[in-house]
Amino acid sequence: MVSSKISTYMKISVNGNLKQLDGEIVTISALIVTLNLTGKRLAIEKNGEIVPRSQFNEVSVREGDQLEIVGAVGGG
Amino acid sequence: MIIDKMNKQLTIAGKSYHSRLLVGTGKYKDFTETRAAIDASGAQIVTVAIRRTNIGQTAGEPSLLEYLPPEEFTYLPNTAGCYSADDAVRTLRLARELLDGHKLVKLEVLGDPKTLYPNVIETISAAKILVKDGFDVMVYTSDDPIIAKQLEDIGCCAVMPLASLIGSGMGILNPWNLQIIIENAKIPVLVDAGVGCAGDAAIAMELGCDGVLMNTAIAAARDPVMMAGAMKKAIEAGRESYLAGRMPKKLYSASPSSPTTGLIT
Repeated sequence: MVSSKISTYMKISVNGNLKQLDGEIVTISALIVTLNLTGKRLAIEKNGEIVPRSQFNEVSVREGDQLEIVGAVGGG
Repeated sequence: MIIDKMNKQLTIAGKSYHSRLLVGTGKYKDFTETRAAIDASGAQIVTVAIRRTNIGQTAGEPSLLEYLPPEEFTYLPNTAGCYSADDAVRTLRLARELLDGHKLVKLEVLGDPKTLYPNVIETISAAKILVKDGFDVMVYTSDDPIIAKQLEDIGCCAVMPLASLIGSGMGILNPWNLQIIIENAKIPVLVDAGVGCAGDAAIAMELGCDGVLMNTAIAAARDPVMMAGAMKKAIEAGRESYLAGRMPKKLYSASPSSPTTGLIT
């Protein structure tokens, strides 16, 4: 018998690095927690489109998505 | 324009600032030094860069924003490191999202990694897109008066010609071009890049610049905090010297400062 709990995973690109995550789909909010970025001020682009912060709970990430996560750093 | 130049405050995109010194936040030893130097400079507008967040960094690691709260300073996100209009526009759209719809930005599009000389063609095309998109664009450019005027005509809120190349500390290499740019401009003109010491900053202000933006001149000084204070005074002294109006230059005057009568004989 095949177990009812099938382990699935997805591969996404975060800031140019390949990341393997559990599951087939995850919200941006959940991804932020997974990446240990909770509470950080950041802006996120998914596949070249900005995801407004107000939509972090709704917008999901799937296999093959490319994410850019940026913040403010010192510069002139 | 003359009345505007006499104003004590610098007005950019409808907001007034008492400080005419704008500073970068890069190249400091740590955030404590960054904050101390910026406090000493009296700057109200600080530039920041937009970069990929480190993934997997420790959760408690401090960020620049904690040391320079956006409620206390006006952030000026830049496009440093961008070599195309597309990259610059993309960066500033992310910055706007990052800073809750903040519209004031510094556009710079570079043309050459060796010299960091600006690419004015790409700068102009990025400026057009950003202005149309509702940004208040302070634009870094060469000291070409025609380009400066075109950037103003596009709708930029301030034009920022270089004094010399970024990080060079070579000072003001072409005061004549800067004077033409200042004379033609109806928007604030700020020298951005190339200032090396307080004297350079004072000269920029004496030329009639509305302000100066600098980073390396402070951060790379032996004592950055002391240099930040020196820059603050230089900007103020240069501004007052400009407003006071210098005496005319003459090869000689035959007019000594002490009385020519009453000499003991």
